[in-house]
Amino acid sequence: MSANKLKFSEKIITRGIQFSGLSSIVFVLMILYFLVAQGLPVLSEVPLRDLFSTRWYPIEGYYGILPLILGSLVVTVGASLVAVPMGVLTAIYIAEIAPGWAKEILKPLVELLAGLPSVVLGFLGILILSPFLRDTLHLPTGLTALTGALLLGMIAVPTIVSISEDALNNVPETYRTGSLALGVTRWQTIWGVTVPAARSGILTAIMLGVGRTIGETMTVMMVTGNAPVMPDSFRVLFMPIRTMTATIASEMGEVAAGSLHYSMLFFIAVVLFLFTLAVNIAASKISSRQLKRSERILS
Amino acid sequence: MKNNHRYLFLNPKITEKIGTVALTAVAFLTVAPIIAIVIYIIYLGAPAITWEFLTAMPRDGMRAGGIWPAIVGTFYLTMGTAIFSVPLGVAAAIYLSEYAKDNPLTRNIRLAIINLAGIPSVVYGLFGLGLFVVFLNFGTSILSASLTLSIMTLPVIITTTEEALRAVPQSFRVVSTSLGATKWQTIRRVILPQALPGILTGVVLGLERAAGETAPILFTGAAFFLPRLPNSPLDATMALPYHLFVISTQVPGMPIKIQYGTVLVLMMFVLIMNLIVTLIRSRARARRQW
Repeated sequence: MSANKLKFSEKIITRGIQFSGLSSIVFVLMILYFLVAQGLPVLSEVPLRDLFSTRWYPIEGYYGILPLILGSLVVTVGASLVAVPMGVLTAIYIAEIAPGWAKEILKPLVELLAGLPSVVLGFLGILILSPFLRDTLHLPTGLTALTGALLLGMIAVPTIVSISEDALNNVPETYRTGSLALGVTRWQTIWGVTVPAARSGILTAIMLGVGRTIGETMTVMMVTGNAPVMPDSFRVLFMPIRTMTATIASEMGEVAAGSLHYSMLFFIAVVLFLFTLAVNIAASKISSRQLKRSERILS
Repeated sequence: MKNNHRYLFLNPKITEKIGTVALTAVAFLTVAPIIAIVIYIIYLGAPAITWEFLTAMPRDGMRAGGIWPAIVGTFYLTMGTAIFSVPLGVAAAIYLSEYAKDNPLTRNIRLAIINLAGIPSVVYGLFGLGLFVVFLNFGTSILSASLTLSIMTLPVIITTTEEALRAVPQSFRVVSTSLGATKWQTIRRVILPQALPGILTGVVLGLERAAGETAPILFTGAAFFLPRLPNSPLDATMALPYHLFVISTQVPGMPIKIQYGTVLVLMMFVLIMNLIVTLIRSRARARRQW
């Protein structure tokens, strides 16, 4: 191959690589465009007051998305109550305490959990968890917010564990040895030195885990009973609810393209998109602040 | 919690012992459900697995026969996703690791990747419906579904590949360039081969996720019931995760055995991919010279 030809093909390849580098931005903008283009007409057809009302009953023209938003929040908060302590403590154990063999067992299992399709969890939720909860808690149905929350907790755990573990592993070894040299125990070092040093990473992990639960679709659709009712008290945890994601997934198949209901579902997707966008930007802000602080310490 | 010993007047050594035991318990409690799930599914699913179940068409409104079209469909979708997402994702990672300067554009690219990773799968489904199915008129098809899954898989592939590329020591690049290699030659002949195990790990993990997804293909390519194999990329297809959803919620009187058999096949898919990842990693660790 002549030198000229080589230069030419190298140029083409470089251009291709640069273009691919930009692809993520292009896709995010395209996603936003398609959601907004289909979803925004809703705002001119449904008054804002009706939009944020408490009744979702599209067949009769009630398009209040408040019960759906609250449904998502209830499940997400419930899932966090399970997943955050378990995930963070597991990460601390793996990063700071576990002997080699325990790491070799735990890490692949957590990864396996991350890869388990959400329909599989939903299926087991229908067949095992929901009858169990119905019988032990004497509920009229086992398909409740609680069932969804418990399963979503399992979905959030791998994210929380792996990112928290990275954060803990990034704490310089000198912090630990320095602390141990002062005569405190390893346990005190973990809680007094290592965990505080890794706290923004752990916070990022928690936010990304929670972000994943807000967006989870199949599991919640299968096990939360799909009733778009307005949560009124703490009892809602033991009643069927309906999340934003489940609403889109279960109603999209039945609506006519271009109808108000169709646009409404895209509008919900915009709301979901903005929710996760906020969570992700906040999480990345936290972790970049961490980077700057550690740079300051090291310089 | 860090001041436990002060409040409880416990000896710090005893606190440490109790704490360690408690943390060990929590960690194993966290993974206990996954072990239970795997054993349970294998136990109940294994009796359903017969040659006919794996290779026959569904019959009787899916209440009998096999799941062959769903297996083939998931295979096609996974391959389709790989065709689009692997070249694009690896190229994007090469850009970030080897070309990008630390400027606002690069920071925006990173922010975009984080956002892509966080977008709910059902929102990808709507986007795929809007762009590929309706706007580009690909219809409900393997093509639309694969493209949708590709974009969803992209952030996984980009981040893991970039990490693998960055792990290749800087000296490799310096030496290669000093021998007269161009930038692309260095990447092609030196960096990519060194980073290959890491890249493969990312690709397999990304595809594993794509293979198990249901929400993005709901409106872009999944068929409720299609007792034949798809003929072209423009055909809709059955897929294992969606099939599992259908037979566990939409079809009354579904024999439990077929449900557990389907779960087992889907889980084997995931288990095998996880096994591949573990193998690649341990082989790479053993052979690494730097």
